[in-house]
Amino acid sequence: MFIRILGMAWRHPRHMVAAYVALIGSSAFALMVPRLLGTAVDEVLGGTEFNAMLKLAGLILLVNALRGVFAYGQTYLSEWTGQLVAYDMRNAIFGKLQRLSFSYHDERQTGDQMSRATADVEAIRNFVQGGLLRAVQILMLVFGAAGLLFMTNWRLALIGLAFVPIVAYRSAVVSLSLRQIWNYVLKTTGKMTTVMQENLSGVRVVRAFGAQEYEVEKFDVVIKDLSESHIRVSRIQVANSSFIQLVFAAATGGIIWFGGQEIVNGRLTPGELTQFIFYLGIIQGPVRMSGMIINNFSRALSAGQRIFEVVDAPSPVQELPDATVMPRVRGHVKFENVSFAYGDEPVLRDVSLEAQPGQVVALLGMPGSGKTTVVHLIPRFYEASEGKITLDGTDIRDVTLESLRSNVGIAMQDVFLFSATIADNIAYGKPGSTREDVERASRIAQLHDYVADLPDGYETWVGERGITLSGGQRQRLAIARTILLDPPILVLDDSTSSIDAGTEHLLRLALESVMKGRTTFVIAHRLSTVRHADQILVLDNGSIAEKGTHNELVQQKGLYRQLYELQLLPDEPTIDKTIDKLTARSQKGEARS
Amino acid sequence: MMHGGGFGGGMGGGSMGGGGMGRMGRRLGMDDEGELGSVYNHRVVTRLLSYVLPHKGLAIMSLLTMLVTTFTIVAQPWIIKLAIDELVDTGEQVNAGEQATVGALAFVMVLFAVNMGVRFVSNYMYQVSLARVSQGVLYSLRTRIFGHLQRLSPSFYDRNEVGRIMSRGQNDVNQLQEFLNLVVSSLADVLSLGGIVIALFLLDVQLALITLTVIPVLIGIMLIWQKIAWGTFMRVRQAISVVNANLQENISGIRVVQSLNREETNMERFDEVNNGHLEANLHASRLSAALMPTVEILTAIAIGLVVIFGGRQAINGTMEVSVIVAFVLYVQRFFDPIRNLTMQYTQFQRAMTSGVRIFGLLDTPVEVKDKEDAVDLPPVKGAITLEGIRFHYVPEIEVVKGIDLTIQPGETVAFVGQTGAGKTTLVALLNRFYDVTEGRITIDGYDIRDVTQDSLARQTAMVLQEPFLFSGSISENIAYNKTNASHDEVVAAAKTVGAHDFITKMPDGYDTLLKERGQNLSVGQRQLLSFARALIADPAILILDEATANIDSYSESVIQRAMTEVFHGRTSIVIAHRLSTIRNADKIVMLEHGEILEQGTHSELMNADGAYAKLYNTYFADAALAQIPTEAAPEG
Ligand SMILES: Nc1ncnc2c1ncn2[C@@H]1O[C@H](COP(=O)(O)OP(=O)(O)OP(=O)(O)O)[C@@H](O)[C@H]1O
Ligand SMILES: Nc1ncnc2c1ncn2[C@@H]1O[C@H](COP(=O)(O)OP(=O)(O)OP(=O)(O)O)[C@@H](O)[C@H]1O
Ligand SMILES: [Mg+2]
Repeated sequence: MFIRILGMAWRHPRHMVAAYVALIGSSAFALMVPRLLGTAVDEVLGGTEFNAMLKLAGLILLVNALRGVFAYGQTYLSEWTGQLVAYDMRNAIFGKLQRLSFSYHDERQTGDQMSRATADVEAIRNFVQGGLLRAVQILMLVFGAAGLLFMTNWRLALIGLAFVPIVAYRSAVVSLSLRQIWNYVLKTTGKMTTVMQENLSGVRVVRAFGAQEYEVEKFDVVIKDLSESHIRVSRIQVANSSFIQLVFAAATGGIIWFGGQEIVNGRLTPGELTQFIFYLGIIQGPVRMSGMIINNFSRALSAGQRIFEVVDAPSPVQELPDATVMPRVRGHVKFENVSFAYGDEPVLRDVSLEAQPGQVVALLGMPGSGKTTVVHLIPRFYEASEGKITLDGTDIRDVTLESLRSNVGIAMQDVFLFSATIADNIAYGKPGSTREDVERASRIAQLHDYVADLPDGYETWVGERGITLSGGQRQRLAIARTILLDPPILVLDDSTSSIDAGTEHLLRLALESVMKGRTTFVIAHRLSTVRHADQILVLDNGSIAEKGTHNELVQQKGLYRQLYELQLLPDEPTIDKTIDKLTARSQKGEARS
Repeated sequence: MMHGGGFGGGMGGGSMGGGGMGRMGRRLGMDDEGELGSVYNHRVVTRLLSYVLPHKGLAIMSLLTMLVTTFTIVAQPWIIKLAIDELVDTGEQVNAGEQATVGALAFVMVLFAVNMGVRFVSNYMYQVSLARVSQGVLYSLRTRIFGHLQRLSPSFYDRNEVGRIMSRGQNDVNQLQEFLNLVVSSLADVLSLGGIVIALFLLDVQLALITLTVIPVLIGIMLIWQKIAWGTFMRVRQAISVVNANLQENISGIRVVQSLNREETNMERFDEVNNGHLEANLHASRLSAALMPTVEILTAIAIGLVVIFGGRQAINGTMEVSVIVAFVLYVQRFFDPIRNLTMQYTQFQRAMTSGVRIFGLLDTPVEVKDKEDAVDLPPVKGAITLEGIRFHYVPEIEVVKGIDLTIQPGETVAFVGQTGAGKTTLVALLNRFYDVTEGRITIDGYDIRDVTQDSLARQTAMVLQEPFLFSGSISENIAYNKTNASHDEVVAAAKTVGAHDFITKMPDGYDTLLKERGQNLSVGQRQLLSFARALIADPAILILDEATANIDSYSESVIQRAMTEVFHGRTSIVIAHRLSTIRNADKIVMLEHGEILEQGTHSELMNADGAYAKLYNTYFADAALAQIPTEAAPEG
């Protein structure tokens, strides 16, 4: 994991190298200061000239200024690197999430994915920018100081640096346990997000059932847990950093104590001892920070794991390396013995069907019989586990996803609208469409009259998921959005369930002109909608139970016949009357012309 | 409340490209993400303090231990100075060839050790108690916000995106928590600054004065820097919220994105905003990094001054070397707190802004609320009257235009009508999601505004047009309306709606976990579950808003048969577009544009040959037309 994070940073070698150079520079100059100060002390004690002092002061100034410049470079470059890594990661996650097919997203929570792309990326950035570079700086300072100290007095140096292994060991231990807690904290945070998000998105359900108290309790459990975990983290972290400081102070004490002995033994001058103390002063800051870095590090490891889980996820639906571009098809759709399962339980069993170009195919069946699944296989939202699906004779697995999907327009059962204007929503699949195109599609979908009456017309903002629209309006918007794409294969998945019969009738008439030359799949429960189809398929538990035209199916004693009896039969007289009326009207019309 | 730039530019309008301004200004005065205000806002601070109050003990403890810690930090260079004094003496003795000991040093070392130990303990206590206080505050803030969100009426949610509210509950709360830590650590910074200044003056007044001359310069530079940086940091905040909004939208709408082939466009847009974020950050960091060399150089100047002036005095013998060392040590420590304080300046502003937003949210008036003297609605029989009710969501557009209706206990009433006629709105009013603007709704004679919302909700159950399920097990979802329901009750409800069969076929049966919004079920199955969820609490009034729209007529008839037994004698309101669903209703109410066109039983309305009859005929006209070519075939 660590290596991979490093790898992400190494994508920007120039920035990294420059940052390290700046870091080496600033550390080197930082290391020079104590030496100068030590010399100053000895010179004062030795009673030198004032001029020498001036020179020393000037040198200190110069060295510090240079150090400042390098420090600037270091800070800026490391932030730059960190931001670049974050940028790359966000793009990678976003790009990947866009390409991962439905079954990946079925399994996951929006909130969780969000927190990976935000909080986790931030954790990595923090680490690259702070930890990765800082850690090197600490090592440099510690080893640099160690080297210089050894040159002066190795005994003291040993004492002064005795704390390094202790700190290193402790840090390793602590980072392990922190990592576990961080994993837990990240997970719990995700849970909190989910509870809150669902509560807010499902606000009407919560209200309708007066379940506020229940929700509050649910939330309470999670946030209590979260805050306890956070306290645990800071306990460990603070104990660790206090401990590091303690050890460090002990080292300072040790140096003074044994330094005293050395002075007594004449092996050390007070100036050199001062130098020691200043050296420790220089590494004090970084050492203090090492506690934080360890925390960052642990967190980044957990975060990295979560991010790479997304980035590495194999998409369940993949393009072949030699996939070709599918041209605009005529609309011959064929399923050959197709089977499919979301999990272990098969959902489609050996489905075969064929739609000729221009035909209207209706799918019917009980909830969960597999209608939506059938149509979702055509644009390869999911991959059939057995059998073969062809469009105009081409296996859909042989072509690129984009070209395939531009041939299939699907108005989904579960309408999702973006919180944007009506116009933007209609043109979503074809950004840059003209207003005329948008209006035309909206007219066909029988939405135009409603929109035209609104004060802001097509610029009216629809709330999140289209909350400010009625169910039927949402569905018609989704139909308009699909029609605008002008696909040779059109799928309407229960797209008129919330539309009244009158409007639906108009919609169907308007669609008829649009459907010409298009293969259309219609899923519906109202027989008035499906009756006119060229082919009606009744699905039962994942296989095709009945197949034929309305008249053929009414003769059989299957589910279709039952539906027919429930919906239409009691009104056969009414229908007859209607037919009479219509016939009369059309005859009148003929007579007139 | 601060003036807000309308959230649109920041969060919502981010990625859809333009158009964001078309929204009405009925939104909350929630400020733009990037807005930075003053560093200190009295109201925010006092309110925040009220959250700290319950943790008084811990807070005081944290402050005290912080004081002690600061003291030990300031004391350390002093102790080192004492040690060096001893060492220099010793050094001189050695030079003079006298017998030297480290006896006096031992005493200093004991001091040192004590100081060290005290610091270890106090620092630990300080940090941990601080963490506990701030987590405590965080916890109660979250509880309070969540609780308030439970009371805000649905109209609030029509106007405000979930993502945005979420960011109040998460980012802003985190900011405030951060703020608490900051206050304490800034206090520590100020204290240690003060301590250091005092120490410097105690050591040597003249040298202290000379050293401190750099301070005004530093402060001046900081102030100028602050001015320049202000706008930059604001842009960074805006940039990140745009990125997040874009992400959120794409993740939740991923299915649409893929089905409409928008991946490329979206990727480009995302890259754009991502890049904008990168640029904004780099710009900001160029600025913030510029502070480093300045501070370093000023530190160097101060140290240089100490070396020159202190050195001269030391050479003249008027000053101890140890004083110089202590000075240098102090100066090195001096600039840290100053730098922290400047860095924290923006953090303070941010926290204040978050505070304003959070308390703004908490102060958002609840539009639909219980009256002071609201009573609990006693168990009702289910007589409902609507008396001249009117309602609008947006002022110009009246959605319900004066409706009078009486529903007898035990009746089944059906609402039919064109899409957008106001059917869903009517039942939302009945549930008191919104308050009517005129007229009144009564249940068993009680005006629904005179009873508590909770008691009202408990007597009604609703199947919403859009079946929303929670992630959790199937049985948890069914039992949502009655959390203490036994397994048998859950199964019974599932059986009533005919969901039992498919549930038992799932791998874990009733314990099968549903994904977000029930994504792993078919839409019809989701509808069945939300139906079962409404039935389980055995409500007096049942509202079905297109509850069977996605269900075939056969399954529907099974449900209806089961329901007639279970629901005998209860009032139900049914909205449906499939007219076969409602043919047998006791009363059919035909709505158009928010008004009642006609009402009566199916046969009454058919005989009246009005709008309903026309709708009914259209309903079958399609079917009829389909028959013409095959049967009547009257050449066209
Ligand atoms: N939250 C809202 N904010 C603003 N306008 C709304 C809101 N909800 C609904 N509307 C508008 O009010 C009108 C009535 O909507 P309602 O949902 O009551 O219709 P409906 O009769 O249930 O239609 P459908 O059969 O399509 O569900 C519609 O024009 C709709 O756009
Ligand atoms: N994303 C998914 N993950 C797992 N199982 C699923 C998923 N989507 C659907 N299923 C299951 O597959 C079966 C078929 O579902 P499908 O959505 O195709 O039904 P449908 O015929 O369209 O039903 P409806 O009329 O209710 O829309 C159901 O049993 C359902 O529970
Ligand atoms: Mg379906």
